[in-house]
Amino acid sequence: MPEPTPVTIECTVNGRLHRWQSPPGATLLEALREAHVRGPKLVCGTGDCCACGVMLNGRSVNSCCTLAAQAAGATVLTVEGLAEDGQLHPLQAAFLETGAAQCGFCTPGLLIRAYALLQAQPDPDEAAVRVALGGNICRCTGYVKPVEAVLEAARRMRAAAADATRQGSVEPGLPASDSALR
Amino acid sequence: MSTRTPPRSAPPGAPGVAPPLRVVGRGLPRVDGRALVTGSPVYTADMDVPDMLHGKILHSPLAHARIVAIDTGAARALPGVRAVLTHLDVPAILHATAGQPFPELSPYDTRLLDPHLRYVGDWVALVAAESEAIAEAALALIKVTYQELPAVFDPVEAMRDGAPKLHEPDVAHPLFERSPGPTYDARHNIAGHEEIWRGADFATTMAAADHIVTGTYHTPRIAHCALEPHVAIAHADGYDRLNVWSSTQVPYHTRRQLARVLQWPVSRIRVIKLRVGGGFGGKQEMVLEPAVAVLAMATGRPVRILYSRQEEFAASRVRHPMTIHMRSGVASDGTLLALEMRVISDTGAYGGHGLTVAQGAGHKTLCLYRARAYHFVADAVYTNSPVSGAMRGYGAPQGYFALESHMDEIAARLGLDPLDFRRRNHVRRGDYDPINLDSSSGAPRSQRHFRSCALPECLTRGAEAIGWDLPFDRGQGVVRRGRGLATAMQGSGVAGSELGGASIKMNEDGSFNVMTGATDIGQGSDTVLAQIAAETLGVGLDKIIMHSSDTDIDVFDYGSYASSTTFVTGTGVRLAAEAVRDQILAVAARMTGCPAADLHLEDGRVHAAGGPLGLTLAEVALETLYGSRRQQIMASGHASCHDSPPPFHAQFVEIAVDCETGQIRVERSVNAIDMGRAINPRLASGQVEGAIAMGLGFALSEELLMDERGQVRNPAFVDYKVLSCLDMPAMTTILVDDPEPTGPFGAKSCGEVPINTPAPAVANALFDALGIRVRSLPITAEKVLAALRARDSAPTGPVAHPGGPFAPQDGARHQSVPGGPGPGS
Repeated sequence: MPEPTPVTIECTVNGRLHRWQSPPGATLLEALREAHVRGPKLVCGTGDCCACGVMLNGRSVNSCCTLAAQAAGATVLTVEGLAEDGQLHPLQAAFLETGAAQCGFCTPGLLIRAYALLQAQPDPDEAAVRVALGGNICRCTGYVKPVEAVLEAARRMRAAAADATRQGSVEPGLPASDSALR
Repeated sequence: MSTRTPPRSAPPGAPGVAPPLRVVGRGLPRVDGRALVTGSPVYTADMDVPDMLHGKILHSPLAHARIVAIDTGAARALPGVRAVLTHLDVPAILHATAGQPFPELSPYDTRLLDPHLRYVGDWVALVAAESEAIAEAALALIKVTYQELPAVFDPVEAMRDGAPKLHEPDVAHPLFERSPGPTYDARHNIAGHEEIWRGADFATTMAAADHIVTGTYHTPRIAHCALEPHVAIAHADGYDRLNVWSSTQVPYHTRRQLARVLQWPVSRIRVIKLRVGGGFGGKQEMVLEPAVAVLAMATGRPVRILYSRQEEFAASRVRHPMTIHMRSGVASDGTLLALEMRVISDTGAYGGHGLTVAQGAGHKTLCLYRARAYHFVADAVYTNSPVSGAMRGYGAPQGYFALESHMDEIAARLGLDPLDFRRRNHVRRGDYDPINLDSSSGAPRSQRHFRSCALPECLTRGAEAIGWDLPFDRGQGVVRRGRGLATAMQGSGVAGSELGGASIKMNEDGSFNVMTGATDIGQGSDTVLAQIAAETLGVGLDKIIMHSSDTDIDVFDYGSYASSTTFVTGTGVRLAAEAVRDQILAVAARMTGCPAADLHLEDGRVHAAGGPLGLTLAEVALETLYGSRRQQIMASGHASCHDSPPPFHAQFVEIAVDCETGQIRVERSVNAIDMGRAINPRLASGQVEGAIAMGLGFALSEELLMDERGQVRNPAFVDYKVLSCLDMPAMTTILVDDPEPTGPFGAKSCGEVPINTPAPAVANALFDALGIRVRSLPITAEKVLAALRARDSAPTGPVAHPGGPFAPQDGARHQSVPGGPGPGS
């Protein structure tokens, strides 16, 4: 079988520049995992479970249904990029503390969808959280603790933002790894 | 080292009172949680093995066929292909794949590759290649000539004389040499059969009943849908040993079964489990391990096979579909007299877990009620369908859908409140299991004594939480509401058939390695076992380093199934930790001059009765590793399970039904569980919530549909509806604390019991809302509408019950529960 000629793709993943040689039909998920970014998971491969979720130029997408080539020149954020300097993102901390991760296989996708939600809507109610996570399949938790974790993280991020505002910070609440997305 | 001065203050608390628990009973974060929330590469498919090849499997396109000829020349010639194996190339050893202890209570009816193909999805050939794409391309180049055979998909048809036969009459079994016992009947496609009577004479008891109530219930074929698919990697190392990394619930059973398939000694095989992304019983099974093993040996390279989602649905394992006939005799005061259950279970193409799951439908359920006489019959029947296997609950969810629907039907017949009817008849603390008998030592006697049972408290607190006795908004017009309840019990391990434990060794810094063959599959057993060890050793969770599971290193364990790990392995861990603690105290006694009997461990220090002695565990460890009396402080502990104490569960739901669409929405669910004492209440409530969600899918939306040729029609999440967070009710979970005297720190189990109640609770709530009884799962909108139409067209008299196994099948591809928004929106 003749191997298709690989295409060169340059993009920024979790703040670091990547250069991939990928087959033209490769999905973003395949390219990320090939590049040892293995947080996003292959679960269905058809865009029906969101376990492969990543942020692509500030939008959450299913990387199993996105071509790697679509990431050319783009900024990609995966679950691995949420923590900074070993400090868990408030969403990760809340997932850990509430027991929202059981087997953990859907967790990267849930975290990314929740991250996208809180970017757009820092003060969501439970219904908004459920709508945001409505495409994510979790077989372990019944979604009780993931929803609780997102609401808790949102509370903490708002409180931190309020503190930062009081102390005169210019960019309250948003992690620095996202600066490229804004 | 200086002698420590005992503190002067008096010991806190009265003598004989257990010290307060510091680690057990707290909802601590998982020990592996940080890796999970940071996306660390901790799963089998995240592993990089140098020079690894990718395997793929050619599946049978026909439900029943023989391979007449198979030509692999073109596939072998494809550049990048390293091996193509057919039945001519691999050992044709009959075996069972069910992850059960030896000898498996399953017929040895399976060969790794067999020219006789028994379902769409059966394995025809194996390929290993340099990439998945090349392996996939090679599959298409394998030319197979099939002789198609008549197929049978209905278990009742399959049992008839003259039905197509799936298996040979003389398949092997270690207990019975050439046949797996008298209940295996290949001529009638029966993988296993059981009929038991318990208690008083059944016919006489039934004849004395004032009412006889009957009902037939049907449960569908559903899929586990663990998010992580089956995946295995095999690598023959430089020492001529086969290393297998696998996403499995049963590393030790798999090692033994793989040794049989390969005809190798167990000593040449090592099975390693990394983090597992969900199992639910689907990985209580040897699935991909033999395939990667023979490919690795054929190529001399590491080989990985990762199942696709489609293969997960169509060619892994499913829950046994069952048809269950109930017949009960009841006195007019509401006392249950005689209880009969007859089960026909569809075990699919192979019989692993066939008989035992069919037995589970009755053995795990009928013991919930005190009757005078019981009769239970079960047949596990082969059909040319996807292979049924273990799934969370192990037959009990099917049995409880029938039993708990039936109990409501009896209550309705007698005009009794369903809650009162259950209170009158369920088992109590102090009762003996009336169904499960042990005959191993002479006269049969009950296998289980219910030393703890907080089912009455579960019923009371659950009823209070939902307001069972209070009026509620039943709706008017299109949307009507109803409430229903269901109860269940399960076990904590398999009585008389368990072994689990751990070894624990101490490190310089006062930390401990806990090495256990117990398999954390996401339920959190590593954390729970670490809490048990930490509590016993008087340290925090941060001082416990868990290792599980590697068959070369960790203490033998039956694996993660039958709700066994906390109760069985947890007891083993506690014993190991107590032995280590005693070794520490002996050293500490020599170091301090205090008698060991006066010492205990707390907060990482050695304490005398009055308080800390100023001697840390790290100092004890240094003394033993580098000091004057050198020894490795280390011990192992193991436990079996002679008496599987049951957890109990009561679920109350409130549903809303749209009478125009037939749509059911579960609005509230109150889950009250008696699991003994929760070692980690957060993980425990997570188990309950997850089981309820999975059970609601079984109730409302999940069904693997097959076409008339045996092809699975909906092998994808888009057509097989797993409930989303938008479909969930508001949940209240109540952990009723009632320590079990035989459990570690009072624990029983919680992983399975809650999955039994959602389906009957919803069916009972539907009856409460509209007076219609659907006896066939899933309760789709189509079935609700059909039942409503039948009710409304029934001229007079009793309410029509048009559900049941022969109700119109749901023909729609999409199921009835609303999906979430599109992905990536």
